[in-house]
Amino acid sequence: MVTRGFTGRRPPRPDAERLPPGQYLTDDFPVLQLGPTPKIDLARWRFTLREGAKPLTSWTWEEFEALPRTRWAGDIHCVTKWSKFDTAWEGVTFDDILAAAGIEAPTAYLLAEGYDDYTTNVPVADLAGGKGMVATRYAGEAIPPDHGGPARLLVPHLYFWKSAKWVKGLRFTQKDEAGFWELRGYHMYGDPWREQRFTGD
Amino acid sequence: MALTWQEARITAAAPETPRVRRLTLAVGWSRPFRAGQHVDVRLTAPDGYQAQRSYSIASSPSRPEAIDLLIERLDDGEVSGFFADVAEPGDAIELRGPIGGAFVWDPPQGGPLLLVGGGSGVVPLLSILRHRAEAAPAVPALLLYSARTQEEVIAREELIRRDAEEPGFRLMLTLTRVPGGRRLDAGRIGEALAALGQPAHTFVCGANPFVSAVSDLLVEAGLPPQTIRTERFGG
Repeated sequence: MVTRGFTGRRPPRPDAERLPPGQYLTDDFPVLQLGPTPKIDLARWRFTLREGAKPLTSWTWEEFEALPRTRWAGDIHCVTKWSKFDTAWEGVTFDDILAAAGIEAPTAYLLAEGYDDYTTNVPVADLAGGKGMVATRYAGEAIPPDHGGPARLLVPHLYFWKSAKWVKGLRFTQKDEAGFWELRGYHMYGDPWREQRFTGD
Repeated sequence: MALTWQEARITAAAPETPRVRRLTLAVGWSRPFRAGQHVDVRLTAPDGYQAQRSYSIASSPSRPEAIDLLIERLDDGEVSGFFADVAEPGDAIELRGPIGGAFVWDPPQGGPLLLVGGGSGVVPLLSILRHRAEAAPAVPALLLYSARTQEEVIAREELIRRDAEEPGFRLMLTLTRVPGGRRLDAGRIGEALAALGQPAHTFVCGANPFVSAVSDLLVEAGLPPQTIRTERFGG
């Protein structure tokens, strides 16, 4: 449906080709979250892998910082329509986390859990093979608390609500269980290139 | 249940403040909307180019068939500029919703309710306080609203009238860009909490720096973080 009188402002072609449908480019780094930014004491920070309720392995901040580190740079896409290009992150890949734990993924799905009790589901296949990491640096610095520091999940090929802020662990689940937003009408998978914003998209 | 795009006709348009325009849209919902939720709108150019944005609903869920959006004109705003300068009653746009299940208030949740808005961040709070006045007037509520100047206060006359007429509602207005103006600080938050009592639910909406600063102040004032919901506009 053509909107009377709307001409729009198209991004230049190289930008347009990097923008998923319905997204616009921002140079800012907007902040989206449910509530206040939690205060996290690094001395008490833990990152824990669980299978259901059972803890498998847990790391302190110092232990986690000693794991192999990987850099990733690229574009991120928020379901609220903004995209940001050329963001630079550093952290520990999901593959390296499993290797350090000495395990293979026990199930095909998991829920990322945040210190703010946020949860979001991600298939293991979307984290393995270098696709996802737990990031602890943004643009070469500690991640600011408003952007999920000290550590956040990074799954950049999915809408950014999947990249849980203030992540405290990954809980493997037998089936694909909906997290916080997925229970409230947002898409279970969230591929920006297929514009999977909401249930049924 | 899928959220499908619908054609929504603009039935009225009027200036709300010098920078904010009120647009009323005729909408048919597949499910009721809740106070605090937003809609996505989509505009299409003749060559097929599209732009989407999200806007909070300002009106009450008790009038679901005609929603008010209060759209602030942003500098270089691709979509807000269209709504400010081009859109007129009789035009149709595409819209889908309602969207959002965290920044919402339903009467059974009760109160006291602390609503904190900065600038156009007051919009979803208006829906909540309008709904409260109709559906749960006994729930105590306080709106702490920070605006730049008197003329930029959205729904100013209505808020002043509600403050005077509704026993359970209190307006605390803070102006930042007037002589003697002040930002929302710990003192002002303390005054609001003293007037309202401990809120059961707090909703904070505005631009990023405003919401970060206010939610930190609220936590420092002793409010449990899980009782505070935030919504942020823009970058």
